[in-house]
Amino acid sequence: MAASAVQATPAKLPAPVRRRGKSLDKVNPLVYVVAWLLVGICVGPVIYIILGGLRTNSQITADPSGFPTTWEWGNYSAVLNSSLFWQQAGNSAISAIATTAGVVVLGVMASFVLARYDFKASGAMYSLFAAGLMFPMTVAITPLYIMIKNLGLMNSLAGIILPQIAFALPTTIIILVPFLRAIPKELEEAAAIDGASRLGFFFRMVVPLSIPGVVTVGILAFVAAWNSYMLPLFILNDDTMYTLPLGVQSFASQYSVDTARVLAFTSLSMIPALIFFSLFERRIVGGLTGAVKG
Amino acid sequence: MSNSQGGNALLRTSTPGDGSVVGGGAGTAPSPARRPRRRGDWRKRAEITLLAGPAIVVFVAFVIFPVVMAAYYGFYKWKGYGVPTDFVGLENYITILQDTTFHDALMHNGFIVVMSLVMQGPAAVVLALLLNRKMRGRGLIRVLIFVPYVVSEVIVGTGWSLMLQTTGAVNDLFAKIGLEGWAVDWLSDPDVAIWSLMIIITWKYIGFAVILFLAGLQSIPEELHEAAAIDGASYWQAQRSITLPLLGPTVRIWAFLSIIGSLQLFDLVYIIWGQYVSATAGTSTMATYMVLNGRNAGNYGFGNAVAVVLFLISLVIALTYQRFVLKRDTEGALTGGKK
Repeated sequence: MAASAVQATPAKLPAPVRRRGKSLDKVNPLVYVVAWLLVGICVGPVIYIILGGLRTNSQITADPSGFPTTWEWGNYSAVLNSSLFWQQAGNSAISAIATTAGVVVLGVMASFVLARYDFKASGAMYSLFAAGLMFPMTVAITPLYIMIKNLGLMNSLAGIILPQIAFALPTTIIILVPFLRAIPKELEEAAAIDGASRLGFFFRMVVPLSIPGVVTVGILAFVAAWNSYMLPLFILNDDTMYTLPLGVQSFASQYSVDTARVLAFTSLSMIPALIFFSLFERRIVGGLTGAVKG
Repeated sequence: MSNSQGGNALLRTSTPGDGSVVGGGAGTAPSPARRPRRRGDWRKRAEITLLAGPAIVVFVAFVIFPVVMAAYYGFYKWKGYGVPTDFVGLENYITILQDTTFHDALMHNGFIVVMSLVMQGPAAVVLALLLNRKMRGRGLIRVLIFVPYVVSEVIVGTGWSLMLQTTGAVNDLFAKIGLEGWAVDWLSDPDVAIWSLMIIITWKYIGFAVILFLAGLQSIPEELHEAAAIDGASYWQAQRSITLPLLGPTVRIWAFLSIIGSLQLFDLVYIIWGQYVSATAGTSTMATYMVLNGRNAGNYGFGNAVAVVLFLISLVIALTYQRFVLKRDTEGALTGGKK
């Protein structure tokens, strides 16, 4: 028993172990140095913001690039105790979640049509959405603002959610269509033999199978909505309706002398997007693979 | 695991154009089958409308319609209330094209387009190659390198403008390591400011390029590298003759997105330099010009005209790029990558 176990282990293990060992050995130590140097450049300014929130204003003025000498938690607790911060975080959460939900639902449905139905206008429909990719919000913002005003949606979250959904659709559809097209035809035929209609196939097979792609587009839409600046700048005009990016900016100009607290407010507002992205980073690279080759 | 599987499956079927080709084939065939299946046909149409309708309505209403309206408003002198009545023809456009501050903004945009490609492209390819190697802590390194991309423009702007102040952390750090001479007026010196902007842009957006390139690298079959290794190719030889050519299409798509993004740049400039300083600091862009002279000045007709100019410039560049650069990708695919 013991002998066979001992025998079995080496027989099984060598392949992955040797492979991993070999490729790890091949990596020059210099590669690690360069990689972590780059990490330092990327993360440094963010660390500066987070640590700055732990210092006092006099420390920051006296030694702008230093580390905290005494840990000053007061800035963070002051922000966390302000109802305005939570109000704005709530607005951001509503905007980001509603945008993500809208983009995913509308995007999956439209991509399913583009991927699985043969009809004349399909090419034109794809081009329509693909053209949207060329024009971010900047071009449309002025008339969009007037339109939202005419719809009576000024200073409301609906006024930013609807355009955000619309502007996220092109990326979503371009990523999802190849994903849905990759679902084998046989699966659809099998479902049809089992008596499922095309819509039944959509809800029972396509929706669960498209989850990896949906996660990718969902995260991208969430992060974009969470960070969105230009649209809220035009639409929201009251600090209780602000989302966090506008909140950070107005806080920074209101308390421009209180640098430490501005830094604390800033670092607290970036946490959700960072957590979301870190959790799903692999999914995003995986989900983009199909779209990039398209 | 499931990711890489999904990725491979995607590879095989991911040409966006081929759907319409199949559709065309089906369009000619069904005539005999159509009559008995009319009910099914009707049903199919209803399903298409039901599924795609909402997305098309939202997209047309909030993306296409505003762009069309911009073209209409652009011919009026209009303060944004009621129906525009003061038709001025091309006057707004003439004003824009003769305005030297617009010329400056256009020049800045041109500079940002070129420098973004030059500063981010090669660095991002190297980074993606680096992060694609099997090494300890790769997952963590990847996540950390994408941090700037995930952090919002407002945070980037606020943080960097504090650090780049004359008495800020960057100049202080230079002084500490004995490089006082490097301390400059990062944000207000017109000779320096646009380079500061480029540094911030590179820092912020290079992560996006790296994500795209990593996705592109994943779709290059492992077998090619194994074959090259058997043939005795070194790591760098393999990268140069296998990876780089196969990464070409991804790089060209990234360059396209980067150009469009640079032309429409607004957030970072507006956040760091505010409404009025960007022009004197030499970092104004067409978009900040549009917001400053349109909405902020209450001249909505004029603002829309600037939007149209911005749209047309982007459109011409996008179409030219697609015609001459992206077209190579389809040709390459047809000729079997002879190159």
